[in-house]
Amino acid sequence: MPSLHLAVAIDRPDTHDAAPYLESALLAEHGALDFVTLHDSFARPGPDALAVAARIAPRTARIGLVPTVTTTHTEPFHVQAAVATLDWVSHGRAGWALDVSATEAEARLFGRRRAAPREELWQEAGDVAEAAALLWDSWEDDAEIRDVATGRFIDRDKLHYADFAGRTFSVRGPSIVPRPPQGHPVRVVDATAPQARETAARYADVALVRAASAERADAARAELRGLAARYGRDPHTLLVFAALDVDLGGGEHAAEPGHGGGPLPTAEGPAYRGGPVDLAELIADWHRAGAVDGFHLTPAEPRRDLERLVNGTVALLQHRGLFRTFYPGSTLREHLGLARPVNRYAALTGESA
Amino acid sequence: MTQRPKQIHLAAHFPGVNSTTVWSDPASGSHIDFSSFASLARTAERGLFDFFFLAEGLRLREHKGRIHDLDVVGRPESLTVLSALAAVTERLGLAGTVNATFNEPFELARRFAALDHLSAGRAAWNVVTTSDAFTGENFRRGGYLDRADRYTRAAEFLTTARELWDSWTPDGRPQPFAHHGRHFSVEGEFTAPRSPQGHPVVIQAGDSPEGREFAASAADVIFTRHGTPEAGRAFYADVKGRLAKYGRSADDLKIMPGVTFVLGDTAAEAQEKATEIRRKQVSPQNAILALEQVWGVDLSAYDPDGPLPDIDPDPDSELVQGRVKIGDPFAVAAKWRALSEAKGLSIRQTVIETTARQSFIGTPDRVAADLTEFVRTDAADGFILVPHLTPGGLDDFVDRVVPLLQERGAYRTAYEGTTLRSHLGLREPVWKG
Repeated sequence: MPSLHLAVAIDRPDTHDAAPYLESALLAEHGALDFVTLHDSFARPGPDALAVAARIAPRTARIGLVPTVTTTHTEPFHVQAAVATLDWVSHGRAGWALDVSATEAEARLFGRRRAAPREELWQEAGDVAEAAALLWDSWEDDAEIRDVATGRFIDRDKLHYADFAGRTFSVRGPSIVPRPPQGHPVRVVDATAPQARETAARYADVALVRAASAERADAARAELRGLAARYGRDPHTLLVFAALDVDLGGGEHAAEPGHGGGPLPTAEGPAYRGGPVDLAELIADWHRAGAVDGFHLTPAEPRRDLERLVNGTVALLQHRGLFRTFYPGSTLREHLGLARPVNRYAALTGESA
Repeated sequence: MTQRPKQIHLAAHFPGVNSTTVWSDPASGSHIDFSSFASLARTAERGLFDFFFLAEGLRLREHKGRIHDLDVVGRPESLTVLSALAAVTERLGLAGTVNATFNEPFELARRFAALDHLSAGRAAWNVVTTSDAFTGENFRRGGYLDRADRYTRAAEFLTTARELWDSWTPDGRPQPFAHHGRHFSVEGEFTAPRSPQGHPVVIQAGDSPEGREFAASAADVIFTRHGTPEAGRAFYADVKGRLAKYGRSADDLKIMPGVTFVLGDTAAEAQEKATEIRRKQVSPQNAILALEQVWGVDLSAYDPDGPLPDIDPDPDSELVQGRVKIGDPFAVAAKWRALSEAKGLSIRQTVIETTARQSFIGTPDRVAADLTEFVRTDAADGFILVPHLTPGGLDDFVDRVVPLLQERGAYRTAYEGTTLRSHLGLREPVWKG
């Protein structure tokens, strides 16, 4: 059976200090989870997620750090540099949850452009992902040579112009930041909305789908992997996680009679309400059925539910041998079993040599 | 009653992508790995420095249409590094250079607010501007600003950012903001409460009359470069004299030149080390490159140990991209030729002689005395030290010079407050909600 992956949201509405985020990340790391996510949006109060991820990076050791960075009003060059830098400061634990800003209210915060349909914004998000990948490759890994004899710090033949031209922006490159430790930090896309699916299939390393049953999750994964194959990807390099809101308050078992451990559909998506033990059953069942590669869980009550999740659900999964008890690797790609991408320019040089 | 001498402010500049850094030295570490930043920042904090300063790059420099390869190239993104440094330091201010031309006020105000919150009040923003289309090729905006608009946009950018920082009430309630000006038309609700410093500290670098005026009207710290005490005093008097018309006092703006230093056990040893460092900074290749940056023409056929070329510079040259031009090329070339002829200097010796920053060279005692005198006579309020090595380049200064400054009573023996504003003796901005 393929490895089970687990990720958790550590969002704390209205908290701008680092301490609560760090506490949550350390707890998730204690449970050997693959990564934590930090949601972000310009539309509601909350700190800059990437800054929070960077702030907690030196105080954590293994856990992946995946902040949301939106692509609609930001500069792609800055975004890729910041994500690459998060990878440097965390020694290869950075991810990037791509998202779009679709409202007129968000557009007015910037005053540069009007709100656009989600389809267009997700296409643009794909362009940003493409440009970022080109820029991450724009330095070959061994570009710094420090050759005293010739006085050269870098071998400029190992730096490359990205020359990306999309429909809404262009970037010349190379990046200002040398290629990050993971080559490409891990890209995460919530593919629940149909408009996001093409971009997820094409660019995501991890796609999230909000599904109320194992069958639906399985169907969503099949669709995404089919699309990925059409884009020339090996579909198995696209991991699909079921995204669930979880409310673990109450006793050890499902709080609601007749709930049976399955998530309930709500206006915000499928929500699990019950005890940590039943959640472990659900995760084990869906994983055993081969429906998903992992789960992304969003606690209803950040502190309480994360504690119950790690010390209850995760501990039980570990006890049954379904989830790791330690990190065998050090980078987020290693946790996820994803290879470090080959640099496209180095690959070209290699072919021509 | 003896009065306490004027207190010196110190900051550290992470050596960046220019020929200051001697990357060929075996003690020169990575310019990218976080450990280098953490190590230098911790040394600065051990030395009770006010802040740690990072420069910014938005496009790799080019020379003759190719990426410049002789100096350190590449660096991580400043605000992300500073957020991480907030985790490994306690008191040190964290200053990032971020361009006002290729950013938007809402996003940048938000990022600096986050840094101020996450560091418990230690954030500073060095506001810079760009006018060149070369840099613009990396951005949605492209290159579109002429020189005159650089500062009007930067000033309006800063005004807008301050409106956003003030948009929450001091007791933590968001209020809508609206700014409709020449460069920005934005409205909505800011995402962060007022940060621990009220507003992050604002640093400005620039020596033009527009730059001085902008600093006098809006900055908390001005980062300068003046070679002599006389030039420093003239600049100091000029800039401080501009403050009154903005309702500000002399203490509201700190003047901090970027300086280098070389220490030795004797004056002769320090001088010898300084000469050696300069020769490493200006390699034969770098000497020709520096010359080409002034002349704007290919001078690769010239011998770096030979005389300067007698051909004229090309003032319209685009040979150099992404670097601030030194000035009128004819005037600079004439000055360099005159120096070379008067002293009988080769190309390389001329470049060594003309491109040095203000440096303090000598025994720790001498350097401590010179720094104290510089500040006592109002040539500066303090210094931004630019070591030539990372990450160990500040060790000697902190271990040997700081104690002497403290003995003279010219430097703090402990941090008195926790925020950067408190280190700099700056008032918290009044809330203008």
